[in-house]
Order: sequence, then C-alpha cells, then structure tokens
Amino acid sequence: MQEQIETHKYSEAEVNKSLADSEKIEFLRQMVRIRRFEEASLKYYNAGKMGGFLHLYIGQESIAVGTASLCGDNDHIITAYRDHGHALAVGMSMNECMAELYGKKTGCSKGKGGSMHFFAPDKNFWGGHGIVAGQTPLGLGLAYGLKYNEVKGASLCFLGDGAVNQGSFHESLNLAQLWELPVIYIIENNGYSMGTSQKRSSAFNNCLAGRGDAYGIEWDVGKGNDIYEVRAKTKEAMDRAHNDSQPTILEFDTCRYQGHSVADSNAKKYRSPEEIDYYKENYDPINVWKNSLLEEGVIDENDYKEIDNAAKDEAKESATFAEESPFPEPSAITDDVYFEVDNQTESGKQGKHFFHD
Amino acid sequence: MALTLYRQALNRALDEELANDEQVVIIGEEVAEYNGAYKVTNGLWKKWGDKRVVDTPISEAGFIGMGIGASMMGVRPVMELMFFSFAYVALDQMINNAACVRYMSGGLINCPIVIRGPANAGTSVGATHSHTPENLFANVPGLKVVTPATAHDAYGLMKSAVRDNDPVYVMENTLLYGDPAAASDLPDDEFTVPIGSAEVKRQGTDVSLIAHGRSVIVALEAAKQLDEEKGINAEVVDLRSIRPLDEETILKSVEKTNRAVLIDENKPFCGVSSQIAATIQEKAFDSLDSPVLRVTSIDAPAIYCPPLEKEQVPNVSRVVDMVQKLG
Repeated sequence: MQEQIETHKYSEAEVNKSLADSEKIEFLRQMVRIRRFEEASLKYYNAGKMGGFLHLYIGQESIAVGTASLCGDNDHIITAYRDHGHALAVGMSMNECMAELYGKKTGCSKGKGGSMHFFAPDKNFWGGHGIVAGQTPLGLGLAYGLKYNEVKGASLCFLGDGAVNQGSFHESLNLAQLWELPVIYIIENNGYSMGTSQKRSSAFNNCLAGRGDAYGIEWDVGKGNDIYEVRAKTKEAMDRAHNDSQPTILEFDTCRYQGHSVADSNAKKYRSPEEIDYYKENYDPINVWKNSLLEEGVIDENDYKEIDNAAKDEAKESATFAEESPFPEPSAITDDVYFEVDNQTESGKQGKHFFHD
Repeated sequence: MALTLYRQALNRALDEELANDEQVVIIGEEVAEYNGAYKVTNGLWKKWGDKRVVDTPISEAGFIGMGIGASMMGVRPVMELMFFSFAYVALDQMINNAACVRYMSGGLINCPIVIRGPANAGTSVGATHSHTPENLFANVPGLKVVTPATAHDAYGLMKSAVRDNDPVYVMENTLLYGDPAAASDLPDDEFTVPIGSAEVKRQGTDVSLIAHGRSVIVALEAAKQLDEEKGINAEVVDLRSIRPLDEETILKSVEKTNRAVLIDENKPFCGVSSQIAATIQEKAFDSLDSPVLRVTSIDAPAIYCPPLEKEQVPNVSRVVDMVQKLG
C-alpha cells in the first residue's frame, strides 16, 4: 500500500499552477461522471441488460482524466479493455457508451464492439482493445504515423500491470526507442493482473516502468490518485514526445475497487476487502481531488453535490437512452467488415466477400 | 521484348506505388540496406531513402502491429514478412487488430495495410518455413488474401493491394520469384489486376483444373501433358484472389467442363480447395458428371528431404493421375 500522498507536492508544477478554477472543477466533474456511469453500468449489467464482460475502472479515474486533460489536437489515446474511463475522459457521451454496452445500434460501435471496444477516432481515441498488450504495438503505430507526417504530437498508450509481461510490449519498447517515436506507455498499476498479484506475476526491480532502463527509455513512477501528480508527470513525458520525439514509460499506482471484470468470481479471494476499503478511505482519487478543491476554496460541499447529482442523472438517462434504442438490424452483421464493400467502390463490388450464403 | 520475372514485377509495382503516394512506406526485415532477403525490394532503399524503405529488427508482432496502428492514422504501410510462416508470431496483430478493428469500431476505422511475403513449401527449408496460410487468413472476415501465380498478376495485384483501403495479405512464392514459367511480358503503362477476379489461364472443354499460386503453373504443365499424352483438354482457372473470391468464373468453367480437379498447396483439411469444393457442390451440382477431386499437399508438416518434398506438394504427375481418376 502506498504512503499517504504528499498533498499537492505537484500542485505547484507549471502545468498545474496555471489551471483555472473552472478547469479544476471540470476534472472533478469528469471523474464523478466516470464513476457514476460505471456504477450505473454495473447495476444494469447485473439486471441482465448486457452481455459479455464488464471491466470497471472505478478507483482509477484520476489517471484517464488527468492525462486526457493534457491532450491537444495532435495527441492520441489508445487503451486496453478497461476503457470506459478513457472514453468518457476524451469526450465521448454517456449515451453512446451505455448504448454500446446494451449492444444497441446507437452505441459508439453500433453494438459491434461492446464494453472492451469503444472507439472515437474523431476525438483521437483509438480504442478499446481486448487482448492484453495487443494495443501496445498499435499505440506505437500511432506515434509512427505522427512522426512519419512530421506532426508534433504524442501517442498515449495505456496498459495494465498485467500487460508488461507480453512480448509485443517489449518489442514495442525496443522499436519506440530505436526509432525515437513519440509514444508514452502509461502503466496503470492496480496491483493485479486479473487474480494474480504483481509479486506473483512480474520479476522487477522496484517498479515495472524501470524495465525501460533495458531499452534506454526514460521512465517515471507516480501516484495515480492525485491528478496534480498525474498531470505533472504526463506533461513532462508529453514535452519529451513533442519536442524531442522520444518515448517515455510512466507507471501510476492505482486501485481497482471491483474485480477484474464483473465476472471475476474470485474478486474477494485474491485480495482482502479490507485492502480495498483502506484505499477507498484514504486514497480515493475523487475524494483526494474533492478535498483539495475544498481546501483551495474552489468548491463547497453543495457544488460537489450538484456535480454528483448531475452525473447520476446523466448516467440514469443514458440507461434510458440505451434501453429505448433499437438493436441493430440482422443485415448489419455484415456491414463495417470491409471499407471497400461499405463504400461500394469498384474494389468492393469485385468478387464474393462473404460466404454464409 | 524481354520477359519480366515475378520478383521484378513486384519490385516495379512497389517502386511505382512509392512514387504515386507519399503515404506508402515499405517496412520489414532486411528490406532496405540488404535489398530484401529475396531481392523483391532490390534498389528501392537506394532510390527512396530511409523514410520510405525501413529495415526493422526481428520483431514481427511489434512491427506488424505498429504498421497496423500507423495505417489507422492514414499511412499506407507495405510490410514484408521474410516468410509468411513468420506471421504466426504476429497473428494477434494480423487477425485481432487488422481484421477486426473496423468492425469493432462500427466502421469508424480502416486499415489500408499490405502484408506481403512468400508463402510456399517446396524449397527444403523444413516445416517452420513452409506454411501456406492463405486458407487461415481467408477464414477471417475483414481480411483480403491474394496469391498471384504470374509476374503479370503479381504486379497488378500488388498495385491493387497498395491502393485498397482494407488489409490485403499478398502471398508470394519463393519458387516463382525467378521462375521463367511465371515471367510475363509486362506493358510499359501501369495497370492493375482487380482483387477478387479469377482468370482462365487456359481454355479447355473436358475438365476444370482450379488452382492458385504456384499450383497454377503446375496445372498448366499438367494440362499440356494431358492434352499431348491423353487427349484430355483441360481448362485452367487461376483463382488469383482467395478472398474476395470470384465464384462466377469458377462456376462458369465447371458448367462448361462438368468436371473439376482442385489443385491446392494447402494441406487438405479446410484448405482453400475445401471452400471451392463446397461452392461447386452447392451451386453447380447439376453440372457435375463426377465428384470434385483434389490434389493437395500430403497431409503432414512440410518434410525437409528434397526429393520427398517434391512429392508432398502438388506436382504434374499427381495432377495427371488424379484427372484420370475422374469418371
């Protein structure tokens, strides 16, 4: 368990000093929205409204919100399957996200991707990827695309602590430094790769990000529950990407309050409920941020209640929207497979693309 | 006019597409300074430089995945696998990401990537380097798979592949790269061969030999022998593209000849020929005068022993024998 956070050692960082009150409130609002959205999704999942898996981000909200808050027009985000937080943080609506969970036509992926596969390329959000570490070469490719076209930007590629042991991640690290690509690998370390603790899954010295030493990649670790720290450290990495076209590995400690997914039957066996309760009480990212805004006099309790109630209402309304939306037509099963077929180009009209009839 | 070899035809197609679109970039192991393990990219690095022709470390999962990510951003990578057998270390990227990302994003993303390299047995390099995974990749909706048999088609299909906005896996053949039987008289002007179009490479009336890749060359030789020695007039259909598939040309040929022998370097179980056989029985059953027969690779990992491997893959004598088994 991490030490008590040094409240706002990073609040004086350049990137945080200049924050307007309205921006600080917005971070709070975003974190609360993510949490209320996911609580609602859990409720309706348990009511049988959704299929498949539901990997909840509750407890980790400060990382998605803090990092996304730094992204400009040429910065891109890609993540793994625990993707609801990042999706909302980049500006996707609760409606399209909830409808996707319901498998509805109005979902962000038209009901074709589900919980693990949210996308919004118009918001520089490239998913939502289901295979552990499978997104890490893709994130590298986003950075390659930026550098190839001489665009000053960064690719923020998120992964869990379980993903660091996949070969594709190590291959990506080698390529990232070899070709000096502006990618930032952000390890959200919640301590458990599904039900296996970090101690039982990873060989490391001090921290996982330190593996960057093997490749000569700059790295840093931080406390993921403090938005000030997340922003300060991410900004440094983004400057390195933007100005020097160099990669970085960041590792933020965090805690997921729920199981690996809702279907995680051992969620209370591989770690104790007390471990989570202790974290919630002392380190919860929303509480930490709320308390600092209270201390700074940026908000009062009533403001918080308003934000919280609005987020609850929005989440509830998104469930209504999802409930009332239609499922996709059966004919949609073979849409969105091939670009050329969807667009009825000459290429798309040539030969047989589908073989079920 | 001098004939263009298969390898040279690919080289010309890549060179022209590098000129046509600055988003095209060639990436792979030994493609640049070494000029390609099989010299397909010979001279391109010298002409186009470090940005457009890029050597990679041996990290197929990493660099193929990177290419897929870059293609989502609008770059048009042409990735070389030194052997298509090496795809197996990059399968997650090639199937879960390249094939599925458009679908899972509800059509918001597409991957205009080409992955190319030789996919054949018959060169005594043992089982690990001799896979023919066109059936495997054609099994995956979202992917396109082409298997050119001649220099003409290699050139035209490569150009179509680079211009296509979906992932196209171009399966070449080390035995065809320098084979005079696969060389073509290429016109000076640029042209493309559409993906999804088969071609009748030899007209005939008695039996349809349906093949792809190097098996087309085998089928043509077998047809010649059948004609000269047995008086059997075989038609040879070259699939050229596995997915999308030109069913119309296949069915038209079978309806004309009433017999089909499928020649396929895949192993028999769920090989490309399995799909063709299913199509023929579903859609041309009434035209058939005998069962659809197949000549595939003998069903074991590719053997090293050089003379035996020549027996393992489809060859002229096995095709001639099989045709004579038809009623």
